[in-house]
Parts: sequence; C-alpha cells; structure tokens
Amino acid sequence: MLHETGRSEGRAINRTTVERASDRELLVTRTFNARARIVFDAMTKPELVKRWWAPRSLGVTLFECDADVRVGGSYRYVFGKDPAKPMAFSGVYKELVPHTRIVCAEIFEPMRSAGEAIVTISLEERDGKTHVVERLFYPSKEVLDGTIQSGMERGMRESLDQLDDLVASLG
Amino acid sequence: MFETFAALAEPNRYRIVELLRTGPRAVNEIGEKLHLNQPQVSKHLRVLKEAGLVDVEARAQQRLYELRPQPLRKMHGWLERYRRVWEERFDQLDELVEELEAKEKSRAARDRKK
Repeated sequence: MLHETGRSEGRAINRTTVERASDRELLVTRTFNARARIVFDAMTKPELVKRWWAPRSLGVTLFECDADVRVGGSYRYVFGKDPAKPMAFSGVYKELVPHTRIVCAEIFEPMRSAGEAIVTISLEERDGKTHVVERLFYPSKEVLDGTIQSGMERGMRESLDQLDDLVASLG
Repeated sequence: MFETFAALAEPNRYRIVELLRTGPRAVNEIGEKLHLNQPQVSKHLRVLKEAGLVDVEARAQQRLYELRPQPLRKMHGWLERYRRVWEERFDQLDELVEELEAKEKSRAARDRKK
C-alpha cells in the first residue's frame, strides 16, 4: 500500500510516499536536498511557505499565510483557485523543536465540525540532506474515510478537475 | 472505499489479501499458511467479503476464496492522486530549499574572502 514514484534530474532522486498507516492516519515522507535548518525555515516562515505550499498545476494559490511560530501560537493558510471563494486551514502549534519537530493542530475551516487533525512533522538531517516524515492523525476514522469517500463520489459525478481540487484541499 | 481501508487496517486481513494475490485458496489452506485458526480466518474472510475484497466460489467439495481487485484499484487511485499533490508541493519545496542552501553557501564563501 506504499505509493511512490521517482523524479530524476540527473542527481539525487527524491521520492514522495503516501501510506495509510492506520484507519486514522496518513504518513507522507520525502527527502530534501538541504540541511534541516533550511527545510524547517521553509516550512514555517510565511514568506517562504508562500513560495511552495500551493500545488501550482492544480491552479491553486496561497492567498494569505500567517504563522505565529511558537507553542500556543496559531497559523492560518488561505488558499483556493478563485480569490472570491477562498478556503482555509488553521490551527495552533502544540510543540516546536527548532529544525527537528513541529506538532500542530489542523482545522479545515469549511469542515470545522469534523474536528481537528494533529499534524506531526519530523525532520532528520543526514549528510546535508533532510528526511521529512509528516504524520496526519485525523480526529476519527470516519473523518478520514468520509473525506476519501466524498472525494470518490464527487469524482464520479463531476469532472476530474474538481476532484483534484478537493484532494488538494485535503492538505 | 471506506470499507476497503477499514478491512485492510487489520494486519491479519492484510496478510490474507496478500496471500490471495497468488490465487484462490480454501479456508484451511489460508489458516495453515498464515498460522491462524479456522474461526479467525472465517471471521476475517467475512469482513473482507463484506468490503467486497473477496468472493467465494464453490469448486468441487471446496469453497475457495478469491480476491476481487476492484476496491483495491479504487483505493490505489485515490492514494495515488493524493500522493501526486504532495509530490508537486514537495518538489516546489525542494527547489526552494536548494536555492536557499546555494545562496547561503555563496554568501559564506564571499564572507571568507573578505
């Protein structure tokens, strides 16, 4: 159930894997060609997050990005295709170990009643590269399954494009 | 979809599915190969059947369980789509951190020259 493909550009091939680790969690892994300090900054500083977070091929833009990066501080990412119809992820930082670990809550605002997911990001530096494991722990099996299922049903009725939209919104 | 994930989240059921990938099997055969007793195997097969992951087929004196690949394909399709979003996002992040890394190194080199 591990899904991965490579990207080859004549240097290190970095793969992104997504695995359903249990009925409530997804694990996403990736190695980056930079030191942990730099990856950590790129993942937390709003001016840097703006440069990579939105999957561009889906036409998604990150309109606003605010982050008060300290324990108890909150963040909010406002994004979408159409600025008139923005969506947002927001939450509070629960743990921060510089260059090593980020734990935060994540609420998808259009589905606030579904509760918050807990996102744990671990960074491990090896030989100047950084291995990142992002663990998304959903409030319940039903939320993760429901998200998946609504995505599937919608996909059958609507265009593939819109399904991509929905998947992108899963964060 | 929903049931597919739930059914596969149990390790022994996952092992049964892996075993059935090699071909249809009878309950006792599954139990022997995976060191599970028959009631356990039957219980797991029932869940897998409800999730649409296996079908049962009567052949001679035996009831053989075989894999139905459709739910697995559907799930794979979903995970693959999800993975592609992350991959694009992370490719963009990789580009950025490489750029930052290079900038920092050239700045350090300049500072050394001074």
